[in-house]
Amino acid sequence: MLDKFGIAKRIAQELRDGYYVNLGIGIPTLVANYVPEGMEVILQSENGLLGIGPFPYADEVDADLINAGKQTVTTTKGSSFFDSAMSFGMIRSGRVDLTVLGAMEVADNGDIANWKIPGKMVKGMGGAMDLVASAKNIIVAMQHVNKAGESKLLAKCTLPITGLGCVEKVVTELGVFDITPEGFRCVEYAPGVTLDYIKEKTLGRLVIADDVKQMVIG
Amino acid sequence: MLNKIVKNADEAIQDISDGAVLMLGGFGLCGIPENCIAALVRKGVKNLTCISNNAGVDDFGIGLMLKTRQVKKMISSYVGENAEFERQLLSGELEVELIPQGTLATRCMAAGYGMPAIFTPAGVGTEVAQGKEVREFNGKQYLLEHAFNADFAIVKAWKGDTHGNLIFRATSRNFNPLMAMAGKITIAEVEELVPAGELDPDMIHTPGIYVNRIFQGVNYEKRIEQVTTRLKD
Repeated sequence: MLDKFGIAKRIAQELRDGYYVNLGIGIPTLVANYVPEGMEVILQSENGLLGIGPFPYADEVDADLINAGKQTVTTTKGSSFFDSAMSFGMIRSGRVDLTVLGAMEVADNGDIANWKIPGKMVKGMGGAMDLVASAKNIIVAMQHVNKAGESKLLAKCTLPITGLGCVEKVVTELGVFDITPEGFRCVEYAPGVTLDYIKEKTLGRLVIADDVKQMVIG
Repeated sequence: MLNKIVKNADEAIQDISDGAVLMLGGFGLCGIPENCIAALVRKGVKNLTCISNNAGVDDFGIGLMLKTRQVKKMISSYVGENAEFERQLLSGELEVELIPQGTLATRCMAAGYGMPAIFTPAGVGTEVAQGKEVREFNGKQYLLEHAFNADFAIVKAWKGDTHGNLIFRATSRNFNPLMAMAGKITIAEVEELVPAGELDPDMIHTPGIYVNRIFQGVNYEKRIEQVTTRLKD
């Protein structure tokens, strides 16, 4: 079974040289720490920055320079700043190659819910609805089950929807699942996890790929 | 002769009255018009509608106006990190319209470009789409979203000149140039106000034609929500 760093490491294997990537808050942000050596990946922050650098040293902290999670960051060589309309312009027009975000629920047809729990939590959708409506390659990074032990991979989302049929792939502590017309297709399982356990913890339609294999995490 | 200079925030906002619809620039606490928010709290205007990506935190930014119950309605994309906000929302004291961040930005942009509406795919099939026209283009569905209509836009820039030209710095640009274009009256507070001619015309983000009032702000706190650092090797 993977921890959150393992999930981030596995998603980093989906990066390709020259990709523009938007990473959501939480586990997705960790993916930035595992960009393979020698690969150039440019991170987009929807508050108006292309080319997010590492966190600043204490004497470099700049209140005017934050990421979408409101954390202080730095720029990299070749960074650029822009306003919020242009930021979503580059998202909407399909310039961002890969989007990684967290979710509360994913359905086996690729629907995603991650912005609201009625009566309990209302934080808002931020840029998530824009991202899922337009991004061409969306990977969800999340825990397979919620705190009550219930599957977050469902036949149908029960929470308010963020976007329809948009998720391509889900990476959880248990495995890697492609969204296909047949539902979740398990293509990799995490070390120490059995396929039976994955079946038990998945409520949506699940098929096991013929060439399913154990995940390799560097 | 152009006369856009006002003395301070209190003069800049003096004709904002109860029930006004305001746009306030900033993302989180980054690039917010601190001086004008403080002046609005001093003035005590009520029943405001605030269009702003976030609602500040409990004791800073728009959170200060929530505490004094001056806000009737917030139009925002993300409102976490504010306990008083959540309390007023759940108790029904505060009206809240949550809309996608890109939709918020583009509705500002449309107003500034003189376009009545835009089509966006964000929110199709969700609560956000309720009651909105859906139209299909090239096999994909889009929502019709209207340009905002705000009485005042209040923005914060890094540098400005006496003609109202503005330059923003780093990610404090965010919604500021879009809102600057979108208000019936636009108020800009800047960290440094210089005479016209001192800023390089090629570097201007917001041309002065959009700005009605400008002043150099004082005592910027520029609070940071999450200071994240790394250690030196």
